[in-house]
Amino acid sequence: MKPDSFLPLPAATFHILMAVADEDRHGYAIIQDVSASTNGELKLSAGTLYRSIQRMLEQGLLVETKDRPAPEEDDERRRYYRITALGRTVAKAEAQRLTQLVRLARKSGFAAGRA
Amino acid sequence: MYRALLHLYPKSFRGEYESEMCAVFARHKRDRSGIGLVALWVETFFDVLFNAARVHFDILGQDLRYFGRTLRQSPGYALTVVAIAGLGIGATTAAFSITNHVLLRPLPFPDADRLVTVYEKETHYSRMELSPPNYSDWKARSKSFEAFGAYTDLSANLAGEGEPVRLKGAVLTSEVLPLIGVRPVIGRWFAADEDRRGAAGTVILSYSLWQAKFGGSDSVLGKKLLLDDEPCTVIGVMPAGFAFPARNDEVWLPLRFFGMYAEGFEDPDRTNTFLVGVGKLRRGVSLQQANSELQLIAAQIERQFPKELKNISAAAFDLHDEVSPRSKALLMALGGASLCVLLIACTNLANLLLARALARRKELAVRSAMGAGRERLVRQLLTESLLLAMAGGALGMLIAVTATPLFAALVPTYLPVVALPSADWRVLTFGALVTVLTGLAFGVLPALKATGGADLREGSRSGVGGKKERLRGALVVAEIAASVVLLVTSGLLIRAMWRIRGTDPGFRADHVLTLHTPVTGPRYQNTLPRVAFYKRVLADVRALPGVESAAYITTLPMGTWRGGIWTVTVNGQQPADPSSQKASMRFVTPDFYKTLGIPLHLGRDVAESDVITSPLVAVVSDSFAARYWPGENPLGKQFSSGMQTLSVIGVVGDVRVRGLEQYSEPQMYLAYQQVKDNWYPPYVPQDLAIRTANGDPLQLAPAVRKIIASAEPQLPVTNVRSLSELVAAETATRKAQLVVLGGFAVIAFLLAAIGIHGLLSFTVSNRTQEIGVRMALGATRGNILQLIVGDAFLLAAIGISLGASAAYGSGLELQSLLAGLSPNDVDAFTAGILLSLVMTLAGSFLPAMRAVRVDPATALRAE
Repeated sequence: MKPDSFLPLPAATFHILMAVADEDRHGYAIIQDVSASTNGELKLSAGTLYRSIQRMLEQGLLVETKDRPAPEEDDERRRYYRITALGRTVAKAEAQRLTQLVRLARKSGFAAGRA
Repeated sequence: MYRALLHLYPKSFRGEYESEMCAVFARHKRDRSGIGLVALWVETFFDVLFNAARVHFDILGQDLRYFGRTLRQSPGYALTVVAIAGLGIGATTAAFSITNHVLLRPLPFPDADRLVTVYEKETHYSRMELSPPNYSDWKARSKSFEAFGAYTDLSANLAGEGEPVRLKGAVLTSEVLPLIGVRPVIGRWFAADEDRRGAAGTVILSYSLWQAKFGGSDSVLGKKLLLDDEPCTVIGVMPAGFAFPARNDEVWLPLRFFGMYAEGFEDPDRTNTFLVGVGKLRRGVSLQQANSELQLIAAQIERQFPKELKNISAAAFDLHDEVSPRSKALLMALGGASLCVLLIACTNLANLLLARALARRKELAVRSAMGAGRERLVRQLLTESLLLAMAGGALGMLIAVTATPLFAALVPTYLPVVALPSADWRVLTFGALVTVLTGLAFGVLPALKATGGADLREGSRSGVGGKKERLRGALVVAEIAASVVLLVTSGLLIRAMWRIRGTDPGFRADHVLTLHTPVTGPRYQNTLPRVAFYKRVLADVRALPGVESAAYITTLPMGTWRGGIWTVTVNGQQPADPSSQKASMRFVTPDFYKTLGIPLHLGRDVAESDVITSPLVAVVSDSFAARYWPGENPLGKQFSSGMQTLSVIGVVGDVRVRGLEQYSEPQMYLAYQQVKDNWYPPYVPQDLAIRTANGDPLQLAPAVRKIIASAEPQLPVTNVRSLSELVAAETATRKAQLVVLGGFAVIAFLLAAIGIHGLLSFTVSNRTQEIGVRMALGATRGNILQLIVGDAFLLAAIGISLGASAAYGSGLELQSLLAGLSPNDVDAFTAGILLSLVMTLAGSFLPAMRAVRVDPATALRAE
């Protein structure tokens, strides 16, 4: 599938991709990361999170990783997710789409800053 | 608790993420307390609800994509499935819509559940009509009813509005229409004083009569019509579809008891019963309470009139309960038959899907290898079968709507409902339910079977022997059994119909023309003018070429009116049980027996010399004579009936007055010139019967009409038909039912044959190699044929024995429709079983031919 065909990404999907951009995370860590990076404005619910994860696994944006962190930090039940190359491409494409959009918004005066 | 909530998700999803989601939820819970905890629960609840729905939806989307691909690959398969499902669902829905119409749906009146009919009850009759004084007493004394009225049937001649016509309808007390609660579309109900003596005549018209005769114009209000020569002013028109008390009623007149008889309402005769009581229960009063109150009142009145009202009690019925047990049995048979068709359709489909699922094993195995759980695959297959069933359901609805008019003959005309059922929410719900059940029924087994132990072994020998084939065999057995039930039941009912048709009616129905000419109204109140009319008409008719004889009678046997029953007392005999002393009374002109071919066993026919001034005479039937004078010569014996004393002048054969299937009371025939003036109008001779030498008696009708028109221009002539038609009408409902049932049986027969064919074709193609090996090892074609056809006949034998026992059970249930035929009638069973064997043979023919044509060399090379 072409990366473009995923666009526009649902907000939750994009946030999850950003959360796992530089390290593998388990579900709860993703929720926390998303919450922290949006200053608590977006709190993913468990339902939304796992539904998104399921779909992203199917679409090949994420994989589950067998690599576990150091045993003292690990919890048997946890599953860790890692971004795939496709996930990265898609996320970049989405970011570009958004940038484009913001540029347009500035031009028309809807957003602050220079076009 | 959270875990329980997660059950809303599909199992596959839960299996993956349940423990993690629980962990996340536990973390969240740890962070909150008090009101925050409550908020968390609420949040979580909606979160799960919303997301679970989305997950299901995603899967549905996936399955739909798979399904679309399947359809593109094999449209023929999908079409077959949809067609078979459509037949099954259509048959069942059509049967249900008619049952719903007759038995389930509330009558189309406001507060229909509080409407009751009230009858007199006697030891032998649970529904006898009311006498006016009883009606009036019950009405005055009972407290169970919000309103209470009475009606009786009416037919009246409408003259002066084009062709004279005979109208059917009812005379009602002023309470009846308001109590039923349906308002006229224009005009008004009867006012309270319009059913009193001396009030000006008024009439309410039906919508269809208004449209047909008066062009639907409002100016009809106030118009004066001549009904039976009495002027009546039109005061209202009932809405379209209004039917009370019976379908096809066209006029309603106010009931004035005095108008019916010269003696007037003051006539205290409590045995003269002709009214049907109709009441609306007070809110909160049950039918049972009303019944016990009425019975109490009836008992009080019985003490007042111990002789006239001996054993007379009261009974109220739900208005809907007017459906006779026979109509109910007919509908039940229909419902059962349609379920059989549905069952056969489902098993056929299950087999088809099973074959298909086995063919798709590799696809499923691939998906399973890619991590799809079994539950996921089952779900996909079920989604497919449900979608096919839905398409079938849509087709079925279409079939049901088209087929329902076929069933219209099964709606009793005496029910206050229109002839054709319209689809309502019950029918739609039922159709939808049947559709879903069908989808599940034919989808579940194949889905479970196909996904159990799917494996990828390439070239693994497919489905030889083994469980799957046994399952398919069982399905075919079920199909055969169900079709045997239908075939045998249809056979039983056909035999019953033949038997009824073979019943001797007591007269010869061939070559007789019959007409109804209601010689009523003020001008014909007295006997002399009527006699002049009969003499003139009969003389002219007898002079027509080809006419052998002609006669008038009160009402023909098996005609529209079959009552007219009177109590008989014989001089010197004390009636032990008065209810056993009933006989039907008819007035006839000479030649009636000759015209109908009723044998005259003793004495003579009534004669022109039997006039009002000579002694009153009667011709009685064999059973009448045997009842009162067993072993004696009845000629010259005297008896009393209808407040007069008569002497027997002749004995004739018994006639089935009430119909081919019912018990008929003994008959007495009185002389037409001995009808007293002002005698009850229904008893006046008004049916004309004409026997012709040969040819179609109906060809005579125009000439006869001309004769009647010249004798009495304003007299409508109705019910022009041959006597054979009249007799055939006796079995018309049965015929209609048989057409439907037979249709079902044919469908079942075909589906079962297709089922056998499908199973064997599948077996043969799977066993091609085996057959090749056998042939290479020296098996003859005969051996191979035996192998394949033998299988089919084993299944047939099991299916037939199961089906035959079930058919016997259904025969027992239908005994009321079998006209005395034993439910284990050999002919019906033999025919049904033979047909099933033929079906098995036909279904196995093509696959068997394929099997014997297997070329061992080719088959082995494939191995």
